[in-house]
Amino acid sequence: MLSLSQRSLTQIETCVHCGLCLESCPTYRELGVEGDSPRGRIHLIRSLVQGLAEPDEAVLGHLDRCLACRACESACPSGVKYGAIIEEARDALEPRRQRRYWSSAVRRLFFRGVLPRPRRLRRIARTVRLAQRMGLDRLARRMNLLPKPVAALSEVAALPPVFGQDALPERLPAVGEARYRVALLTGCVMDVAFGPTNIATARVLAANGCEVLVPREQTCCGALPLHAGDRAAAAAMARRNIDVFLAAGVDFIIVNAAGCGSTLKEYDVLLAGDPAYAEKARQFVAKVRDVTEFLGEIDLVPPQGRVEADVVYQDACHLAHGQGIRLQPRKVLSQIPGVRLRPVPESDACCGSAGIYNLVQHELSLAVLDRKMEHIAAARPQIIVTANPGCMLQLRLGAKRHGLDVEVLHVVDLLDRAYGGKGAG
Amino acid sequence: MEQWRLIQALGEIVGPRNVLHQPQQLRAYDCDGFTIERRLPRAVVLPGCTDEVARVVRLLAENKIPYIPRGAGTCLSGGVVPRGDEVIIGLSRMRRLLEVDLRNRRATVEAGYVNLRLSQAVEGEGLYFAPDPSSQSACTIGGNVAENSGGPHCLKYGVTTNHVTGVKYVTWDGEILELGGKALDLPGYDLVGLLTGSEGTMGIVTEITVKLLRRPQGVKTVLALFDSVVEASRAVSGIIAAGIVPAALEMMDRTAIMAVERGNFPVGYPEGQEAVLLMEVDGLMAGLEEQAAAMEAICREAGCTAVQTARTDEERARWWNNRKTAFGACGKLAPNYYVQDGVIPRSRLAEVLAEVDDIGKRYGLIIANVFHAGDGNLHPVICYDEKVPGMVEKVVQAGSEILAACVRAGGSISGEHGIGIEKLEDIHLVFGPDDLAVQQAIHDVLDPCDLSNPGKVLPTPGKCAEVKGRAVEPGQVALAQDRRCAHRNGSSGRRYRPRRP
Repeated sequence: MLSLSQRSLTQIETCVHCGLCLESCPTYRELGVEGDSPRGRIHLIRSLVQGLAEPDEAVLGHLDRCLACRACESACPSGVKYGAIIEEARDALEPRRQRRYWSSAVRRLFFRGVLPRPRRLRRIARTVRLAQRMGLDRLARRMNLLPKPVAALSEVAALPPVFGQDALPERLPAVGEARYRVALLTGCVMDVAFGPTNIATARVLAANGCEVLVPREQTCCGALPLHAGDRAAAAAMARRNIDVFLAAGVDFIIVNAAGCGSTLKEYDVLLAGDPAYAEKARQFVAKVRDVTEFLGEIDLVPPQGRVEADVVYQDACHLAHGQGIRLQPRKVLSQIPGVRLRPVPESDACCGSAGIYNLVQHELSLAVLDRKMEHIAAARPQIIVTANPGCMLQLRLGAKRHGLDVEVLHVVDLLDRAYGGKGAG
Repeated sequence: MEQWRLIQALGEIVGPRNVLHQPQQLRAYDCDGFTIERRLPRAVVLPGCTDEVARVVRLLAENKIPYIPRGAGTCLSGGVVPRGDEVIIGLSRMRRLLEVDLRNRRATVEAGYVNLRLSQAVEGEGLYFAPDPSSQSACTIGGNVAENSGGPHCLKYGVTTNHVTGVKYVTWDGEILELGGKALDLPGYDLVGLLTGSEGTMGIVTEITVKLLRRPQGVKTVLALFDSVVEASRAVSGIIAAGIVPAALEMMDRTAIMAVERGNFPVGYPEGQEAVLLMEVDGLMAGLEEQAAAMEAICREAGCTAVQTARTDEERARWWNNRKTAFGACGKLAPNYYVQDGVIPRSRLAEVLAEVDDIGKRYGLIIANVFHAGDGNLHPVICYDEKVPGMVEKVVQAGSEILAACVRAGGSISGEHGIGIEKLEDIHLVFGPDDLAVQQAIHDVLDPCDLSNPGKVLPTPGKCAEVKGRAVEPGQVALAQDRRCAHRNGSSGRRYRPRRP
């Protein structure tokens, strides 16, 4: 029998099995299998809790194939917090899995030994970048040394020369009168793979009257271990970030990765059972803003430059479904002179990136991606913008697969260009 | 046939990954939107085209294995709940839009194509598919045909059967037939009409040709709040009496309002409203304003506390989202729901609602009312917690009493959700033995061995009373050795030869 917290059990009970979530689910749309739908997964988890089913490989397979995109939460009439259910269930089922030794060792090492330690992560990234520059990755791909999913992503994930935190000062003064004092979460993937976007974020914030702090002691938000079922590792990261950011004494904690933001905003749930941190977590959560949310809600300093382009905005799942932020990024984009925003059907459907999903469920992730790219291709954009590093990588992969000549950028990259910054590209 | 042989044979037809048979994973298929009875199927097979469906059906028919066609599983009457060892034939992979014929305003879709997607697909052409059950964002058109589904707008535009002109159909023993076409009427008996609403008991419809309607030039949506259900019902009668033909005329009572306001799509109704009336007129722009104004005036006269016409499309969409998610939002009131589907004469709304309220009080149950007031199709939603001992029996009893009240008022037991297994017993409220015998005889022509979704729609003589409301244990065969089962076991020939009287 599976045992879950009362919080999750209440959520499970709130599901009345109506099925209105089915078509919002990318894996159900792709496979047509009830067990690969949100309703089916909740039903399976409920059966595990009631002892009506056992977590065999088939059942775990259904739970593993979930992207955790939470599109079902947007569709659910009763507002069932599906993301919290699947997260906790995966965590509780982790000991039942018969993972191969090396697989669980790698996981443990990555989640506990690398992610929480930015310096280590950056050292690894530098090594990877060096290898990329020497052409070793191409060689490895040609010799079929890399597993297929890694090879596919390595083609589009050319690491930039500078890494965010290193390149950012600990404090960036506001341009003109200081209106807000904010702290920036530089993230783990963002930091190593999208350093220029972090720099653009800081610049855009400063241009809008923010004094920007970049606390050096911050760590990964914990989203990756949390989604993969290592709750303890995630909680440790949460405590550290809470201490670091609350000590900074800022108005807002700004994050430019939707997945991180969604996790940061749920620290209060993650640490609800920890008396020492429950209250601090609530204070922390109240200050967290996605950068597009923040910029969409303040009076944006009008950009002087123009960006002439047909632009498609892809909703990051953890922004649209996780945080309910849909209008603000579009509002920001519409304020950039020259940008023609093209609507795309299913723009809030997952691209298949979903944390490490595109590595562990490669084939299905590509099926989900291909459907997305067909919609995007029909709009003929020059630029695809989104608000999450994983999505950016995945969309680059998609553009390559479908032979599209497009740039994939973060919303703030585009805005930074309009402000006259170099932006990322 | 041994299980492993069956699985292998099914896998050869549809590919092994499209056959689900691990007992633990079959749990996901043990019920639909009706959760009172749950049972595991023998296996689930997901064919990708009509031909595969036919081959699967042929295999099952040859081995006398019963089967259930299943769409999205949003059915509210247990239409796809296994009764004993059936194989579920899931049509959810058959989700292609096969043809859009703009000149003739017809579309042909596979059975697993989702209702709302059709309207989205032809939106650019100014067309849409009219039947709009509240589950339209998830339910399939194949399922709509099986249940002859309605929806808020069927008040003006009719139910599914009024929109289906042709089907491709796999007979009980796996032959593929094409019935009807694109024309409105074809010579001979209306077999398409017979299959529409047959709940999968006469073989499997795999492709459907439907009418597409032109989007109305204008739409006006009016929302009115009332202090009492009686006043709201008076407004409903007033609108109809004034000769207005609304496209939709929907009501929610206090409990339903509480659910939707706590749910994911609140409108922000002020506290303490006893009823909400959602009204819509559509058609040519000319005259729409006047009709909306007339409806507003009627509501005011009936004593509404507030009335308003939607100012933007966004506002209108918000009102509709709120209404269409009302069933699901009942999860905010209790862990389980049981949705009723009674029909009554419109003129007796207020008194039947009072009776429903009374039944709820007597049984100590929360009942939310969400319904199509315009055509008198009630949906009392009984909210309960199945973990409370004896609760399920109580809920089923209360449900039967509500249906009996509808019939006494001159109505019927089902408007659009079908009989399924849910109302098997209640069907005696509207049909005598002779009526049932005629229906049975018609059924037996198209499914002589009772293999296609057995134990649904028509009660097994003398057995039905034992089935309803009793949770059946997995693995236990629910179907008794009745007349039809004997027929199934006894017949060896594949073709059915009509018996002479």
